[in-house]
Amino acid sequence: MQKKYTAFSLLTICLLATNSSCTIVKEYQKNKLNDAEMALSNRKVEKNELNFQSYREGASGANAGKTGGGCGCN
Amino acid sequence: MKKICLTVIGLYILLLNAYSQNQKDSLKLSVKDSAVYISKPLQLEEINLVSSYYNQNGHHSAITGGIGTELVTDISNGIDLNFKGADEEGYKYGLTAGLGIDYHTAASSAYVSKTGASSTGGTRIYPSISYSEEDKNGTVKEIGLYYSAEFNYHSFGIDGSYLKKLSNGGELTTKFSTYFDKVKLIYPSELRPQTAIVVSSASSGGGGSSIPSSPRYTYTGTLSYAQTINQKMQASITLDAVGQNGLLSLPFHRVYFTDGTDNVETLPSFRFKLPVGLRFNFFVTDNVILRTYYRFYTDTWGITAHTASLEIPVKITPFLSVSPFYRYYIQTASTYFAPYEVHSKQDSYYTSNYAYSAFNSSYFGAGIHSAPPGGVWKTAITTMDIRYGHYTQTTGLNSNTISVSLQFKQ
Repeated sequence: MQKKYTAFSLLTICLLATNSSCTIVKEYQKNKLNDAEMALSNRKVEKNELNFQSYREGASGANAGKTGGGCGCN
Repeated sequence: MKKICLTVIGLYILLLNAYSQNQKDSLKLSVKDSAVYISKPLQLEEINLVSSYYNQNGHHSAITGGIGTELVTDISNGIDLNFKGADEEGYKYGLTAGLGIDYHTAASSAYVSKTGASSTGGTRIYPSISYSEEDKNGTVKEIGLYYSAEFNYHSFGIDGSYLKKLSNGGELTTKFSTYFDKVKLIYPSELRPQTAIVVSSASSGGGGSSIPSSPRYTYTGTLSYAQTINQKMQASITLDAVGQNGLLSLPFHRVYFTDGTDNVETLPSFRFKLPVGLRFNFFVTDNVILRTYYRFYTDTWGITAHTASLEIPVKITPFLSVSPFYRYYIQTASTYFAPYEVHSKQDSYYTSNYAYSAFNSSYFGAGIHSAPPGGVWKTAITTMDIRYGHYTQTTGLNSNTISVSLQFKQ
């Protein structure tokens, strides 16, 4: 419980520090951010990998993949 | 007199000039307005194809009580058609229609029948459709419908999401989805109720027999926040809250007890899951990117898991990159799991499905991403991705996956 609380606190501090150090990036400055490799999501080609991971493992979710339901799996 | 005439002439010229300027300004305004908001009907703009081949092997099949072959092969194919349009008010519309078809063979499915006579193959078809609207401020609303059908499982799903762009460069997304599923009650042959009509296979049609079903419901609420940090860095956090109720076990999974007898896997009718995922992507140099992901997971069945992955796309040219990756996963066992012939008959809930056991796994491989101007090999393929991965678990399960994704864009 203590470990989970510490991890959550560290995470919150990291997020706040990151957010406070964020700069506003104008649209014409986003050439790197708009690169396909920088997308904050799984690639389309990973779709079936996410499925088999959810079938073979107990955990799922938080990755835009299956969270449960839709198939005869976890 | 001369002054009056000159004044009158000057005023007349000014009047003409003002009138001309009004006309020119009107023209400019009209051109500006029509250039910003052009009405465009929904038209096909993008097609995506994804195909994968998967094979695995292991020796802890849940159908045979936690022992036996886990040999599986799966061929998955999916296509998405993206239609986009816009109106004169500056609203953009999107419609995506998708269809997926999977064919799999599972050696252990033969042992749904005690004699090993059950079919080992099966097909799953899953169409989907979603509609989205985006306003001038980049706020997006979306709704989707999903359906999945295989011999022993039918599913109907619906979801809705709302994305809002913030003034600090962040994006906040909320989403809610629900699945209404039906699980066909196909039991192992020796455990079927005497009044049930015998079905000889678990994966294909069984001679027209009527098999009862039991429902399973899944409700997911998602909250996601993405933030641009600077010109080379961005991150996101995603929280899912998932509730499931109904028949959450699979009726053809066996459990063997300490006395050698067996029964159908039995699990609680409620489960709550809480995964939290973090992503952090950044350009290390002009040609090397780091894509990182971490997930913490916990649920009411006693499973706690951590997932961490690292992918390093290296740009060989501006249009070609190679991405090696590694993913590590570790989980604790569910409260209801025990291996073959370890469960007691007095247990209320029991499973020998090794997906619920304690293990760790590694998944590693590499991908190639190509998006040259003029198309891949000068064809209509705008973007091509090829990806291979090898997966191993400490339970002895191992698998290989190879996937190809093609995008056609106007």
